Amino acid sequence: MGPESLEARQKAAIEEVLKAYPEKAAKNRAKHLGVGGPEDESQKTCGNVRSNKKTVPGVMSQRGCAYAGSKGVVWGPVKDMVHISHGPVGCGQYSRAGRRNYYIGTTGVDTFVTMNFTSDFQEKDIVFGGDKKLEKCLHEIDELFPLNNGITVQSECPIGLIGDDINATSKMYAKKTGNVIVPVNCEGFRGVSQSLGHHIANDTVRDYVFDAQVNTLGEEIAVTDYDVAIIGDYNIGGDAWSSRILLEEMGLRVVAQWSGDATLKEMVATTKVKLNLLHCYRSMNYISRHMEKEYGIPWVEYNFFGPSQTVKSLRKIAAFFDETIQAKCEEVIAKYQPMVDAVTNKFRPRLEGKQVMLFVGGLRPRHVIGAYEDLGMEVIGTGYEFAHDDDYKRTKDEIFRSTVIYDDVNEYELEAFVKKLQPDLVASGIKEKYVFQKMGLPYRQMHSWDYSGPYHGYDGFAIFAADMDLAINSPVWAHTKAPWDKEGEA
Amino acid sequence: MAALRQIAFYGKGGIGKSTTSQNTLASMAYYFDKNIMIVGCDPKADSTRLILHEKAQNTILQLAAEMGTVEDLELEDALKPGAGIFAPENPHGWIQCTESGGPEPGVGCAGRGVITAINFLEEEGAYEAEGLDFVSYDVLGDVVCGGFAMPIREGKAQEIYIVMSGEMMAMYAANNISKGILKYANTGGVRLAGLICNARMTDFEYDLAKALATDLGTHMIHFVPRNNIVQRAEIRRMTVVEYSPKADQAIEYKELARKIIANDFKIIPTPLEMDDLEDLIMKFGLDLEADEDNIGKAEAE
Repeated sequence: MGPESLEARQKAAIEEVLKAYPEKAAKNRAKHLGVGGPEDESQKTCGNVRSNKKTVPGVMSQRGCAYAGSKGVVWGPVKDMVHISHGPVGCGQYSRAGRRNYYIGTTGVDTFVTMNFTSDFQEKDIVFGGDKKLEKCLHEIDELFPLNNGITVQSECPIGLIGDDINATSKMYAKKTGNVIVPVNCEGFRGVSQSLGHHIANDTVRDYVFDAQVNTLGEEIAVTDYDVAIIGDYNIGGDAWSSRILLEEMGLRVVAQWSGDATLKEMVATTKVKLNLLHCYRSMNYISRHMEKEYGIPWVEYNFFGPSQTVKSLRKIAAFFDETIQAKCEEVIAKYQPMVDAVTNKFRPRLEGKQVMLFVGGLRPRHVIGAYEDLGMEVIGTGYEFAHDDDYKRTKDEIFRSTVIYDDVNEYELEAFVKKLQPDLVASGIKEKYVFQKMGLPYRQMHSWDYSGPYHGYDGFAIFAADMDLAINSPVWAHTKAPWDKEGEA
Repeated sequence: MAALRQIAFYGKGGIGKSTTSQNTLASMAYYFDKNIMIVGCDPKADSTRLILHEKAQNTILQLAAEMGTVEDLELEDALKPGAGIFAPENPHGWIQCTESGGPEPGVGCAGRGVITAINFLEEEGAYEAEGLDFVSYDVLGDVVCGGFAMPIREGKAQEIYIVMSGEMMAMYAANNISKGILKYANTGGVRLAGLICNARMTDFEYDLAKALATDLGTHMIHFVPRNNIVQRAEIRRMTVVEYSPKADQAIEYKELARKIIANDFKIIPTPLEMDDLEDLIMKFGLDLEADEDNIGKAEAE
């Protein structure tokens, strides 16, 4: 099966998928589907797909909402702050602890990530407004959890609908108590996906942490020439930890992790670092750009999935610093090479040539491609839930051969693509997982690493390789067909 | 350049808010060379028709609905330069118009529409226009929900003018709006800047309006007499200032415009309890009708 035939099959698959739609929907969806070619100069974005547009009504989208982007992604993992899901109880409860943002601390005493704080809106709060209730919540939180270092108010839909002024309530309470209170107007109905929620949350960091000159440090923090911050790593299954050890081994001082296992103090201290290391570009490019503009801190995108990209990224980061760091960087790379070899030698023969289709969120649709390639696997289809043009431009550099690109793919399309292209592994979110497993296909949940991880860095790669092997080569797949359906059996 | 002033016109529905605000703002532009942006916050979208000589302009929410989301909308699509003497190229002040728009009666949420529209304008930098002196919000009826209070939140309108008349219901509404202002005054810094009495020629109208203003802690900034020329101009989709700049009524609006520009009497209102409001009305010659014994009695009795 050469690359030509794959590309032809990919194009045919798109055509077939579009046939099922009414004319108007087909026209819309056609713009979001394409075949990306790494060499094709005519492509402005990978596969020339359009993105960041409203989902076609009536399809089952995998997208989240602005509240998910703010509470679930950006603010939620900040461990020493309490995040109120302001509104009816559901949003908070169903998003509680689902993302596996690991952290160190005593939950309920000085850290609060896996707890659900909600103002639990009732009918009367909708009718009469919830500002008094919010104020009461703020009081109660400070009484019950005195070690919290701040509170964010994450607006659910009804707050925006009835027009409660959470900004005024927060400001008043903050003034009275001197505490950090961050109102976030991230009502779920705003924008087309969680992406707007990331942006809104980034803006509130700017306004209520940086511009407000929050001083939670107590004392002047010592600054070194090697200070960096990890931006856009949510420490899912410990990702940021397996990343920071590499940076520390090469002589850098990791001052902050945004926002997995993060504290408000770390966020404040970030304005003094020498370089911001940006992993998830989509969700935190806004604040990185702001810090560049306001504090003159450069930022660099990196990728710690799989050894090839990790090595490349380590060198890219080291290039910002002096020769000592660069020399140490080479030492780190050399140190881990035997481990990489051992992992590759063990798993590559078991995974060589296997094809993967991805559909994930912020950075993984392009960032994990290298990790699969390190194991001899190839990604033949990928897409983002909520990417913008700049993500698809970046994707073009990561793909190695023709790849189906599907933006904001829906349940029907993904299933049709998988049936048509027959990958050996599908890697996407929890909502799709059981559909494909029931079809008899190996599957990995790539939002929360399927209760595994970390996947970042060298340690992460070893786990990643083992997990993919576990999924693909599990003996269970030999038993998915009923005996009477098996070929060659009587 | 002086700091941008953000003002808002509130008042009971049908009181002549949009007419009064457009005529006043037109005078501020024409006679005093002020550059103004009008933000209509009424689903009827009639806050700018006299300035634009148009039935109704395309609203922010209508355009956003057509495009899918408000994020896809560009400022120039939603912001229209005034027609005639209010165009940017004329020697006097110019007026830019935008309407939030909203759902048709009986569906959706108009209040949220106001929030969405104002957020959009802010994010798109509409308030940073070169030479802009005034932003004026024209807000529907009463402060019925949080959305209609959006224009008086922090960083938005700092001075509120309530358009009212000597009719009881208009006075109730003015008092209610004052309650809304009071709520936001401490957190956001919004102030009541005066009552504009748009005369209905009811009994003791001037005295009533003045007394209410005093009780609220503010002043009646102007008493605009009734004049049919307003209506004649309106039929031509024009303000009086443009239709007949020498008319008596145009001079009234000019005076109101001057007072608003010079106004520095901005207070936190002291709204009345319902009983006090009733008493106030009784105080003024309406004694006979308001006599305790006569309540509920028909005229013939």
